[in-house]
Amino acid sequence: MGVVTESQFHVLAVDDSLFDRKMIERLLQKSSCQVTTVDSGSKALELLGLRESNESDDPNATSTSPFVCNFAQEVEINLIITDYCMPGMTGYDLLKRVKESAAFRSIPVVIMSSENVPARISRCLEEGAEEFFLKPVKLADLTKLKPHMMKTKLKKESEKPAEEVKPEIEEEESPVIEILTLHQELESEQQEPMLSNNKRKAMEEAISTGRSRPKYNDITTSV
Amino acid sequence: MQRQVALIKQSLFDQGYLDEQFIELEELQDDANPNFVEEVATLYFKDSARLISNIEQALERGSFDFNRLDNYMHQFKGSSTSIGASKVKTECTMFREYCRVGNAEGCLRTFKQLKKEHATLRKKLEQYFQASK
Repeated sequence: MGVVTESQFHVLAVDDSLFDRKMIERLLQKSSCQVTTVDSGSKALELLGLRESNESDDPNATSTSPFVCNFAQEVEINLIITDYCMPGMTGYDLLKRVKESAAFRSIPVVIMSSENVPARISRCLEEGAEEFFLKPVKLADLTKLKPHMMKTKLKKESEKPAEEVKPEIEEEESPVIEILTLHQELESEQQEPMLSNNKRKAMEEAISTGRSRPKYNDITTSV
Repeated sequence: MQRQVALIKQSLFDQGYLDEQFIELEELQDDANPNFVEEVATLYFKDSARLISNIEQALERGSFDFNRLDNYMHQFKGSSTSIGASKVKTECTMFREYCRVGNAEGCLRTFKQLKKEHATLRKKLEQYFQASK
């Protein structure tokens, strides 16, 4: 049984609109992800444990609340998806904060926006966002996220606990991770009928190029 | 009853009240979440009622703060798009255009039409969900 089948991806979704939170939550659940939603960038940072208490604009919010304290330790976030336009901290600000943090910069960040502003999009991508989705986000958009989330999961597994990823290690391991990624993705694909046949075909072709792998039809799926 | 539901739905699409985004919503519904579309629609109408009221108050005040109006409409347009409310979305776009050029009368006229489309959609969707039960 592959790693992917044992634990789901966990996504942190950030949007100030309740309506949009409900939408993205359902979309992510439908894509077999676990979801935690928050209504602001600052709450997201708090959840990650990145926020200092003197930054809190809510006198009642304490970073010593049990949920917040345990969250960062117990939940491994595989992706952050955030709205761009939010009061206070924008999605871009949140992106920057995450990428500036040694502990969390490896978490892929995706930005959503209802406005198609090329300058905005390139700014976000330059700052390190993996994808930029135009709202309304569709189920098909979310299939693009799996490879990004897969990377962090494998990275975490190859790391010893409480150690930061060293650049040299990353480089050495990247071919291995790549192979595993394709293999694991294939396994997870077989459990997700919604993925298109085209993608499956592409996967088959990738797997069959000169690597010593079990044949496609020999791969067992656990359901 | 099924036929009734299908007919209502078809007319909503044929008359342009809903677009394919509504179908995307239906794909998110399943056995574990059998009422998702209705829940989301309820949320939408609650949200949009609030926005309409805010816009109404802003317009009644007489001073046209186009920035503020545009902000409200940005939200309104966003959720209308997400739910597939095609005609409402069109009115939102027009309203924002009038805001952009500072045309107060255009805003008022469009807003009236928007409220009409919004009310019609609400009624039709209520019929649809009722028939689906």
